[in-house]
Amino acid sequence: MMNSKTDNPLQATSVLTPAELAEIDKEISHAPYRAAVAIDALKIVQKHHRWVSDESLNALADYLGMSPAELDGIATFYNLIYRRPVGEEVISLCDSVTCWIMGYNKLQQHIIKRLDVGLGETTDDDRYTFLPAPCLGACDRAPVMMVGNELHQNLDEAKIDQILKVKSSTSDVNNNGRQE
Amino acid sequence: MSSLPLTQNINEQRDPVDLAAYEKNHGYEAVHKALKEMSPADCLQEIKDSALRGRGGAGFPTGMKWSFVPMDNVSEGHKYLVCNADEMEPGTFKDRLLMECDPHQLIEGMILSAWTIQADIAYIFIRHEYHLAARLLQEAIDECKAKGYLGNDILGTGFNLEMYVHSSAGRYICGEETALISSLEGKRANPRAKPPFPQISGLWGRPTIVNNVETLCNITHIIRNGAGWFKSLGLGADSGTKLFGVSGRVKNPGCWELPMGTPIRELIEQHAGGMQDGYKLRGLLPGGASTDFLVEEHLDLAMDYDVIGKAGSRLGTGTMIILDDKTCPVGMVKNLVEFFAQESCGFCTPCRDGLPWTAQVLDDIDTGKGMKVDMVTLKNQVRFIGAIGNTHCALAPGAMEPVSSAMKYFAEDFETHIKNKACSYCKTNSSTGGA
Repeated sequence: MMNSKTDNPLQATSVLTPAELAEIDKEISHAPYRAAVAIDALKIVQKHHRWVSDESLNALADYLGMSPAELDGIATFYNLIYRRPVGEEVISLCDSVTCWIMGYNKLQQHIIKRLDVGLGETTDDDRYTFLPAPCLGACDRAPVMMVGNELHQNLDEAKIDQILKVKSSTSDVNNNGRQE
Repeated sequence: MSSLPLTQNINEQRDPVDLAAYEKNHGYEAVHKALKEMSPADCLQEIKDSALRGRGGAGFPTGMKWSFVPMDNVSEGHKYLVCNADEMEPGTFKDRLLMECDPHQLIEGMILSAWTIQADIAYIFIRHEYHLAARLLQEAIDECKAKGYLGNDILGTGFNLEMYVHSSAGRYICGEETALISSLEGKRANPRAKPPFPQISGLWGRPTIVNNVETLCNITHIIRNGAGWFKSLGLGADSGTKLFGVSGRVKNPGCWELPMGTPIRELIEQHAGGMQDGYKLRGLLPGGASTDFLVEEHLDLAMDYDVIGKAGSRLGTGTMIILDDKTCPVGMVKNLVEFFAQESCGFCTPCRDGLPWTAQVLDDIDTGKGMKVDMVTLKNQVRFIGAIGNTHCALAPGAMEPVSSAMKYFAEDFETHIKNKACSYCKTNSSTGGA
């Protein structure tokens, strides 16, 4: 890359795709130094691969002029940067106080049973990864969860079944917004 | 002039107003007024006179916060305005409403705030999960750039302002302003020791102001309608309106804009429709997870910073969580402390090691393994982990607020758990935690 200041730009550009590099460069264009975009860049890589592999992380560290250890220290600090593979969509069920009062535990057990997947695990068909989530900021409609980028509210077992059933029959996985 | 300015354009049943519709309802009039007729010093005075206090939880006077930004040597480097849209305090759901339903109100408030402190770069630091809000804000920013409200030489005044949406990668601690700054710099979100304060040395070592979404939205209306009008909106000592919320086992949980000083009882009984059938109120956290419990005797108190403060709690974010009589207070506090233990950034020992210890003690009591000595341990933990100054930031002291007040108001519940070696709530209500 033209504006790469890495020692080994070949390594970076052979792992990171042109699309990823273009997005990362856009962030760098309004940052005071390259490492300042570390979090944005990790999110960009993750958007393209669902997670951040060691290979991507090393290439990215190289591209941003950081050590892999430093970048990994950042990546592992943030719970929404995935350093292990995840499924096509992440199910994030809120386990904070209002959802706890409104009975999220039952729903957690229901999802575990229905998808045959434990917390932090991915379904055998690679469709879902199930993670606990801190408060999602929709406590007036608790219990809530996100599936991918979609928020689902006022949940009960039947509603969860319906969401997962509809989902399994459509391929629309990148929808933004709320689902009642 | 609306007496409920923050929600005047908000209708959750439709898409948010676009730039044209926003302008039609006096939108961006305040930007014209401020940039053409008011100096930054005039604006600062108006904000100071309005007595606006920060709506993110701490309640610090906004005008005073801004007054520490150096206003000379402006040309020597950037100054930053950062909107804290990280809304992660459990039980809080007010900023989401403002951003999803009226993004231009926030952007107008940010332009006015940036003008006042003469910032030339602004960031909206938004939590990752708020995809819809982030998209709507970016669309609104693009509209403003096309119309000349953002970018270079805004309205021909020579004032420049670039605005970026930064989507976070998680962690509650990012809502702490110095941790947020660390995160915006691309680092781990460790809070910083103060001084130096961000106003002097913040983002990339430059003067920086960080304010909550709702605080910045208020700026729009204070500049548009004046400080006197804003002060007249409050019922008691505090000025303006507030987005108040109620969640838990009430009939109609939700979020409403009401005058500052609205009584707690009115919020719960009138707006939230009272408790659900079969449930009685036992207590409430008035302003999010890190505020002390209040109980029945406090229901007629006004939701004002100082009134709630004198009652031993904090107004916090103004979004209250209701504890009902079928939910275990010990289990609830355990859930809260587990959250804070998980979200500690790990920098300070009392927080990193203390909070998991407290969570463990609470779990022991909750699951029938508690001993009398555990109550002494908890008291000591409140004393040492809860003390301001033992840690860089207020996460650990905030975490201990519901612990210490629960031990005060629900002492018999702790004792019964220890005596009976079991949680009596688990039997009556299997839907909630504790088991």
